[in-house]
Amino acid sequence: MTLHLLASFAPPYWLSTVIKVLVISIVVPTTALILGMVFLFKVMSWMQSRLGPQEAGPRGTLQLLADGVKFLQKEDIAPNGADMFVFKAAPLVVLMSTLLLYVALPASAHLVVANLDVGIFYVLAVSSLSVLGVLMAGWASANKYSLMGGLRAAGQLIAYELPMVLAVLGVVIQAGTMSLNGIVFAQADGTIFGWSGIGNPYILTQFVGFVIFIAAVQAELTQPPFDMPVAESEIVSGYQVEYTGFRFLIFFLAEFATAFVFAGIASILFLGGWAVPWLETGSDWYYVLGPIVLFAKVMIVSFIIFWVRFTYPRFREDQLQSFAWKFLIPLALVNIVITAVLKVVF
Amino acid sequence: MSQLSSADTSTETATDDEVVVEVDERRQAVLDELTGRLGDAVVGSHIRPGDDLWVRVTREAWPEAAVAAKAMGYSFFDYLSAIDWLPSPFGRDMDAQEDLVGEPAPAKEPQPIVQGYAGGDTRFQVIGRLYSIQAGMGVHLKVDLPDDDLSVGTWSQTFLGANWHEREAYEMFGITFEGHPNLIKLYLPLDFQGHPLRKDFPLLARRVRPWPGIVDVEPMPGGDDEPEGDGE
Amino acid sequence: MTATSDPAQITELAARAADNRVNLDFETEGMTLNMGPQHPATHGTLRIVARLDGEQVVSAEPIPGYMHRGYEKLTEVRSYPQINTLINRIDWLGSFANEVPFILAAEKLMGVEAPPRAQWIRTILFEMSRIANISLFLGDYGLQLGGMTAGFYAFRDREHVLNQIEAATGGRFHPNFDRIGGLKDDLPKGWIANSHNAMDKLLAFCDEMDDLLIGNEIFQSRTRGIGVIPADVALSYGLSGANIRASGVDWDLRRDACPPGLVYDQADWKVWTHPDGDCFGRTWVRLQETREAALIVKQLLDTIPSGPVMAKVPRIIKVPEGEAYVETENPLGAMGYYIVSKGELVPFRVKIRSASFNNISIVPWVARGAYVPDLISILGSLYFILGDIDR
Repeated sequence: MTLHLLASFAPPYWLSTVIKVLVISIVVPTTALILGMVFLFKVMSWMQSRLGPQEAGPRGTLQLLADGVKFLQKEDIAPNGADMFVFKAAPLVVLMSTLLLYVALPASAHLVVANLDVGIFYVLAVSSLSVLGVLMAGWASANKYSLMGGLRAAGQLIAYELPMVLAVLGVVIQAGTMSLNGIVFAQADGTIFGWSGIGNPYILTQFVGFVIFIAAVQAELTQPPFDMPVAESEIVSGYQVEYTGFRFLIFFLAEFATAFVFAGIASILFLGGWAVPWLETGSDWYYVLGPIVLFAKVMIVSFIIFWVRFTYPRFREDQLQSFAWKFLIPLALVNIVITAVLKVVF
Repeated sequence: MSQLSSADTSTETATDDEVVVEVDERRQAVLDELTGRLGDAVVGSHIRPGDDLWVRVTREAWPEAAVAAKAMGYSFFDYLSAIDWLPSPFGRDMDAQEDLVGEPAPAKEPQPIVQGYAGGDTRFQVIGRLYSIQAGMGVHLKVDLPDDDLSVGTWSQTFLGANWHEREAYEMFGITFEGHPNLIKLYLPLDFQGHPLRKDFPLLARRVRPWPGIVDVEPMPGGDDEPEGDGE
Repeated sequence: MTATSDPAQITELAARAADNRVNLDFETEGMTLNMGPQHPATHGTLRIVARLDGEQVVSAEPIPGYMHRGYEKLTEVRSYPQINTLINRIDWLGSFANEVPFILAAEKLMGVEAPPRAQWIRTILFEMSRIANISLFLGDYGLQLGGMTAGFYAFRDREHVLNQIEAATGGRFHPNFDRIGGLKDDLPKGWIANSHNAMDKLLAFCDEMDDLLIGNEIFQSRTRGIGVIPADVALSYGLSGANIRASGVDWDLRRDACPPGLVYDQADWKVWTHPDGDCFGRTWVRLQETREAALIVKQLLDTIPSGPVMAKVPRIIKVPEGEAYVETENPLGAMGYYIVSKGELVPFRVKIRSASFNNISIVPWVARGAYVPDLISILGSLYFILGDIDR
């Protein structure tokens, strides 16, 4: 059976590397396109009681492809005063951070580029690389709005790393591992007071952590209500203001691909990842089922993320900082203490 | 129009007479109080019963008039502007013929300057309106400016909102407001020459291309065989 | 209302308020941020030159004039009906409301009064333009604060009002429907029932905005205590409309000094004020005003008298010699026309007192010490239409 073939497929190192590179470079733009199309175009227009794109492709589904082609055709403009090297490197740094994030995302027990023992640690580390790109873009554009946007992004991303780490810490304590696959196994094998019907998705025990994580993800992605770095009504899209064509497309791709991968990490940490309750985690079916299950959960988490994005107005920069430092971080710390105590008790 | 100081009731109907007299007294009281505060500085006034009050003061008393009116409860600053009483030397030249039905040809010789309500002696008058929210009444204040010295004291210390209005009057009429904190052009480019709202400033757009102009009122050439346009 | 009349006291109050808000702890090199003339928050071509210390505004000076069309000069060569089309373009979101004070001033000089039916319809259309204008404000303010959805809801529900205005006048944005002595046409068939429906939808829209925007914690934290304008400063700057009512001044020209020709006394309605004078108060008052306007329209729709919609006026309109000023409570605030007539086809001078001009002139005062995002909150809540500033 094909499943057994898949399971026993053990390519040499060079071939597996080539396959992994190909898969990542296909998956990243595809997931970004899917999120952009489904949420930015369709869900957003339904929420806002309008039609959304209708012309390109069946019911406008190919609109984003058309937009992508449009971006490719545009002239590559850089401001005169820009620091050319940094200006051109910035989108790539942001994209690089996104690509590195995908490396650790497991779609099933074996469908993962690099099954790291410290997966979640790695994810949190490389995700903060993107702020470097944003800061480079803001500074190199030689534009005051860009500079303000870049600085706001830097302040915001630093402030939100900490609640995110602390929110994740609760899960790590409960699972006893930092490996993303290990966390999935721990949830699938867990029990709720002895009942193992649906395993133990950590959203039940770590609900506070989930909420903090989603809030921090919103801030990392610079989406409303935390979109001050790109606030178009204040600083005219911030660090992106001088970027056109392909470079802007890279920022766009990176934003949505990052949204996808963070939704993926949220579903791995809190919703049981690629596992389904009625199937053993060792089953060969996960070669096919794993990505589908993960994708479904990602869509659910993304829906929450984008729902908030389309509904809320924007914080002010200082309000955001006090929200992070005075509310989210103490809450996360309390959550960790309670988790640790309960971990010892049970 | 000569200086009017009597009530002009031509627009009022007979049934409103009682109301008119009552409201008239209120405005007369305001005028009397203002005269009491400013003394001889009030040089002209006009009341339209049930409607409005115009008071003309001397140039020296202009800032004081604002302070006095504000002390009387006229604390809402409505607007400040100017009027150039010179009849336009250009007339409505190049008008559409249909607008000129029953109208004699525009006079060529300059017409005399005639000021409006509350009288006046000079070509330029500054007019400001203050409003009392308690009384539900407004008062128009006017001041004459002699042609050789188009300047008057500022209101912007009494009413902060007068700042922009005085800047507008400065660029549009060339009137200087002494003591204004930032008397620069508001709308126009800083190197703009001339004062557009003066009557001797020609409306160039109107002279270059007449509007609505003979061209516009010509019958449209056969509307049917016109192309549909490239919109669709 | 506590009106301070002493100028020195006001100056001192203003200086103290400004000093409290500017951070003088560390001296950093300032930055001049030039917002506009093309900037998403200025919806139009207003330019604001802001001196910044970090993200804090040290001074902000609006520079209008990028859209000045010289209407006051043009009125000197246009006949009264022609001016009517011009002034439609002043506040382009509530165009019909621009025509009314001008027509009323001309009527006052001519001694003409519109028939009752025309007065009723005039008032209804006036309130409808208020709804069309302010409902868009509510959405647009949400949009400026980052909540996209409110903007689209506003565009969706404003359509109901615009459809009614279009059905009655033929124009969605520039009706040019008011005439000296009455109105251009009578109402079309079925309009009253449709308008009732539209007003019901607008009332539902107001409830929706109450939930989506006013009740939102982030919205409140962005607007409460931001851009506070005390009542005496508001009076001194000549702020009007919802801006002054949000500062606690209970003053509405519709109720207190309704010029003859509008029938606000025939409806039962309320003037809303807010004691805080901040951005939230201004938004809240506007929301209540939209509600009240819809209720006024619904009441007046039921009581429209029958009769002609046009009084007897000569075909060629010559306004007798005289001066008249009529001010009405327009969507943006008090709007008035000072007409000087010499008994000719054209007015001798028309001074247009537009609300936004005064409303926006307070920006240098109120923006000192605010943060850049607050500047957006303040500008948005003062609510200006660029055509209304530049005329």
